[in-house]
Amino acid sequence: MNTAQKDTTTAQRSSTTAKKNGSAKELNYSKEQYLEWYTLMLRIRRFEERALMAYGQQDVRGFCHVYIGQEAVAAGIESALTKDDGIVTAYRQHGTAIGRGVETKKAMAELYGKATGIVKGKGGSMHFFSRENNYYGGNGIVGAQIPIGTGIAYAEKYKGTKNLCVVMFGDGAARQGALWESWNMAMTWKIPALYICENNGYAMGTSVERTSNVTDLSKLGASFDMPSESVDGMSPEAVHEAVSRAAEHIRSGKGPYYLEIKTYRYKGHSVSDPARYREKDEVKSYQQRDPVKVTEKAILENGLATAEEIKEIKDSVKAEIAEAVKFAEESPYPDGADLYTDNYSTPYPFLT
Amino acid sequence: MPRKIALRDALREAMIEEMRRDDTVFLLGEEVAQYNGAYKVSKGMLDEFGPMRVVDTPIAELGFAGIGVGAAMNGLKPIVEFMTWNFAVLAFDQIINNAAKTLSQSAGQYSCPIVFRGPSGSAGQLAQQHSQSFESWMANTPGLKVISCTDPADAKGLLKSAIRDPDPVCFMESELLYGYEGEVPEGEYLVEIGKAAVRREGTDVTLVSYNKMMLPTMEAAELLEKEGISAEVIDLRTIRPLDRKTIIESVKKTNRCVVIDESWPFAGVSAEIAYEIQKSAFDYLDAPVIRVNSADVNLGYAASFVEEFLPNAEKIVRAVKEVSYAK
Repeated sequence: MNTAQKDTTTAQRSSTTAKKNGSAKELNYSKEQYLEWYTLMLRIRRFEERALMAYGQQDVRGFCHVYIGQEAVAAGIESALTKDDGIVTAYRQHGTAIGRGVETKKAMAELYGKATGIVKGKGGSMHFFSRENNYYGGNGIVGAQIPIGTGIAYAEKYKGTKNLCVVMFGDGAARQGALWESWNMAMTWKIPALYICENNGYAMGTSVERTSNVTDLSKLGASFDMPSESVDGMSPEAVHEAVSRAAEHIRSGKGPYYLEIKTYRYKGHSVSDPARYREKDEVKSYQQRDPVKVTEKAILENGLATAEEIKEIKDSVKAEIAEAVKFAEESPYPDGADLYTDNYSTPYPFLT
Repeated sequence: MPRKIALRDALREAMIEEMRRDDTVFLLGEEVAQYNGAYKVSKGMLDEFGPMRVVDTPIAELGFAGIGVGAAMNGLKPIVEFMTWNFAVLAFDQIINNAAKTLSQSAGQYSCPIVFRGPSGSAGQLAQQHSQSFESWMANTPGLKVISCTDPADAKGLLKSAIRDPDPVCFMESELLYGYEGEVPEGEYLVEIGKAAVRREGTDVTLVSYNKMMLPTMEAAELLEKEGISAEVIDLRTIRPLDRKTIIESVKKTNRCVVIDESWPFAGVSAEIAYEIQKSAFDYLDAPVIRVNSADVNLGYAASFVEEFLPNAEKIVRAVKEVSYAK
């Protein structure tokens, strides 16, 4: 039985590309792959930076949790899977949704609460859904997506497909009972679920060390004999490789797999969190390994693209985000009457 | 052809017929498969449908309810059995925060066609934690439908409708009445969700009830008839959406109403019905609407406590006399 706890946070550094100085000396993937990762991570980064600006201008309201720093996780997952596989995650989800293929203009319009948003202004920052991309949301209840993702995966097994469901959660949700119930059933029934803990070190303001006696989150699967790995989440290559390994295991019918992906959010838990619970040096240490910058450097140093080509990508992403904001600004708000749609699938006699 | 069968058999017949009709329907819950159901509702279903479609779960209500929600979002039609609705409290996050909101949050992209079912209400001397009614809890939440019935034919027809419904349905049965028999049509038989049934026509007072409180209500109607009071009895069957029309039409005829409701009085089903009547039939009322609920307390174990706690025919008759200004 494969229950070994592999730690790829160090192993991947030697076997793939990431070096101490953040540059890549040996590349294991194609130029197209690096450019795809880079472009996606940059798109997510610029989208969220712009979203934060819009929040400051009060064009975006409500809760808003950004993914800045964690982009390599979305990039590495997407390159390793197909769109037939499902993904469900929590409320820090702009990056995952954009990775899935949600258009930035529909994502931005959703943040603006507009009728043209990905869920017509009904969900906001926490609740993007995209059926065409098998993207199951955007759950606002910490850990609630874990049994749901397990059920999405159960349905794939039931239907006899080879698809899996990626079930993403943070280090905070790892302490919810829903996780333990789900993992127990998933292993018992060999459900094709890929559990990914995006361990960014903090459950809102509470560090991993303060939430449990067991602070090595890669060990959580051990009591269920769930194959588990710890992965460097600042590297799209490392994430891609771990997800590929996990997916192969799952598609062979052996049941779930768990990846603890060590990542970091540069910003606070939400826009209202100044993050005073951590040292600035800690943030800086991660920013030195920033996945967008490291990947850009690797592309340039290895001659995969010229500075001119990188600039073209940056300009293109910049234009795309500007266009997304323009689209969001110019779109209409939903009609008040739309509040009454989508509560039930058929006409319903609401009380008055 | 109708024949007399018990409530549990009617529920099973509904599930079996729907599972034969639609491969995406499956049942999961504690003891539903090998044990044949804690109350034998799913007896024999494992043999016919196998372990992928009749699934024994560990004791993990939140987890397996959520697995049902995810499966429903991904094209299946789960029936999630709770051994009792008291245990479903552990799964409320999945029912209320997720199943009820899936369609709205996703702006119609994902629906959640799922049935959560099990017994609701007291069942003898089971004390505080095992005696609660959940109709008003669940009916408070938009996105859910709530059915609560014990007539075996209704149970069959409504459960089949619930399984086919594109939205989440909370289906409430009765532990004490799983053996309760009634005439049930064989084969295809559907009862529309959201329609009350007039069980007994009358002219002097309207009695509104549902689930197992229908039994003391019908008993009270017979006692009242002997005293010359003609009671019309409405069985709600569905709590959400509430069949306001049937209630209002009856009250406009009888001008008096007593609501008999096993759930607690505060902000409960009975409160909603009284509100609807004062709103839509105020000028027709000859007396205030009053209600006979379970007591507004936790139910203790002793038999004398159960007697004190629950509505019964005597309490209902007393209430009818109160609205009739009769002695």
